Amino acid sequence: MSDTGRQTDPTRLTAYGMSRALRAGDLSARELAEAHLDLIDRQDGPMHAWLSTDREGALASADAADARIAAARREGNGGTDALAALPQLLGIPVALKDLVLQRGRPATAGSRILEGFVSPYDAHVTERLRDAGAVILGRTNMDEFAMGSSTEHSAWGPTGNPWDLSRVPGGSSGGSAAAVAAFHTPLAIGTDTGGSIRQPAALTGTVGIKPTYGRVSRYGIVAFASSLDQVGPFGRDTRDAALLLSAIAGRDERDSTSAPILVPDYAADLPESDDEAAALLKGMRLGLPKQYFVKGMEPGVEARVREAVAALEAAGAEVVEIDLPHTDYGLATYYIIAPAEASANLARYDGIRYGRADRGRDVLGDYLATRGEGFGAEVKRRIMLGTYALSAGYYDAYYLKAQKVRTLIKSDFDRAFESVDALVAPTSPTVAFPLGARLDDPVAMYLSDACTLPVNVAGLPGISVPCGLSEGLPVGLQFIGKPWDEGRLFRLGRAYEAITADADWRRLEPSDLDALDDPSGDRPAKLAAVRAATSHSFPTADIEVMLGEIDQRR
Amino acid sequence: MATLSRRDVEHVAHLARLGLSDEELARLEGQLNHILDQYAVLAELPTDDIPPTAQTIEVENILREDVMTPGFTVEEALAGAPERSGDHFVVPAIMAEEAG
Repeated sequence: MSDTGRQTDPTRLTAYGMSRALRAGDLSARELAEAHLDLIDRQDGPMHAWLSTDREGALASADAADARIAAARREGNGGTDALAALPQLLGIPVALKDLVLQRGRPATAGSRILEGFVSPYDAHVTERLRDAGAVILGRTNMDEFAMGSSTEHSAWGPTGNPWDLSRVPGGSSGGSAAAVAAFHTPLAIGTDTGGSIRQPAALTGTVGIKPTYGRVSRYGIVAFASSLDQVGPFGRDTRDAALLLSAIAGRDERDSTSAPILVPDYAADLPESDDEAAALLKGMRLGLPKQYFVKGMEPGVEARVREAVAALEAAGAEVVEIDLPHTDYGLATYYIIAPAEASANLARYDGIRYGRADRGRDVLGDYLATRGEGFGAEVKRRIMLGTYALSAGYYDAYYLKAQKVRTLIKSDFDRAFESVDALVAPTSPTVAFPLGARLDDPVAMYLSDACTLPVNVAGLPGISVPCGLSEGLPVGLQFIGKPWDEGRLFRLGRAYEAITADADWRRLEPSDLDALDDPSGDRPAKLAAVRAATSHSFPTADIEVMLGEIDQRR
Repeated sequence: MATLSRRDVEHVAHLARLGLSDEELARLEGQLNHILDQYAVLAELPTDDIPPTAQTIEVENILREDVMTPGFTVEEALAGAPERSGDHFVVPAIMAEEAG
């Protein structure tokens, strides 16, 4: 595709730009939906970001959006007020991670045990998107039950990273991240239990935020670890991500942990001019947690992050080093709490009420067969760990102990926020790694989540924004905030975009996009070879190896 | 910290209602023991006086009016059932015929 072709291509616009173009009448929601669906049909074969698309449903939503826009235009004063009053997401395409329930559509959560399942109701997030008139294009690939950091643990095969199709897009929301990065959708929903939005955002050069625990209702989200799971948005810039979070956040009676706390209009609060946005940094106090520059961090990643911190400082932010002494205990704490909660949540898959059913000799035999066949190796291992950690005689030694250490980890952050407004850190210590390569590099595997897990353990909001490239692959910069302070994280992301607006790397598109248009080319062939070599024997994320690394580091 | 025997692993698999092959059980025995060893890092932290954190936000006793709201119809509830009989889910008999 030529450069001029790209400039006029509606899929290259931000969600904001699309919203403007729809109101101005330069574009119809149907044209926008068709442009994206056609792109997905043409390109997703070699990338596999999508598990299903819904052309019929998407076009119906798009036509409804066009009708609302046409009706508004017929109102008084040329429709100016009526058009301005329409929801910002009206007619804007969005993707759902395959664990967000959508009435009448499949939801597998990346697992064979939910093969054939059709959602009987909408998640709260889905309802909100429908109310806003968004156009749900389809559902994206993910690690099975969101357990993983690479999307390789999907029962339906891995997703390629549009920056290099032979590498992972991160995970577990890797399909959502890859789809946004490849312009297959401007916006996508993900979930983040230990980094599953922020890490794939970092690895694909997109923006992703994990909101404060309780900010977004989990009603209708396939549960993994209920005290850690949060729903959040992906976009190609900070304002787009802010737009989507405003639409989905807020109290919902059906999730008693969703907080009755006012949700600001995050996007409207962000300055449009780069000068105004950069000025937000003046007097901002940022903490740099020294423990987050972990051993084994790639030099190129550390260099990009330190350059970004220097740029923030040069623009007026005050940066101080911060000590979070219990950071090293985060991984063990997480890998007790998350499997324990998962073992309880996944008890519901019984082969009786919905989903896959394998028959045994009796009821117990049915359970054993269904769950033994339906769950993948990583999910089974975590269920085993969690069941053991909660079992009689071991609860105090493992689960209760982990909950106490959780208090210490949270206290580290509380203390830090007495002296700073937010923390700035790497998101992932490495760039996207090759498909299938994690077992060969356990240090990098452990490191994948080192900078994101503690944020979930403490229930805090964290955002990842792109901060340049290392070895031609995106690097993510993470801002971590006080509870309910997502607005500040968006302002920081927007300010950082403003002070780096002229950087060369901001002009670059993912390097394998052209390869997606040429299925006979070298990249897809390479990816196919990687897939064939590793298909269905993908190394399950070896948490024992990851944990072993802590030992060696100590 | 504890060491899991093959028997223990089989017991946990039973509690978790996971049907595992011999190969899976053998692999898990090694992996689980190794992982449990790593959890020992937490034991070095004194936590006797530290209260546990079960969830990070302070919401308690969330109540609502006890009123009826629309739920699933029978058809909706049964739509995903692997096997149904009339308005019911089908499960294997849990009592032997002769026990009457």
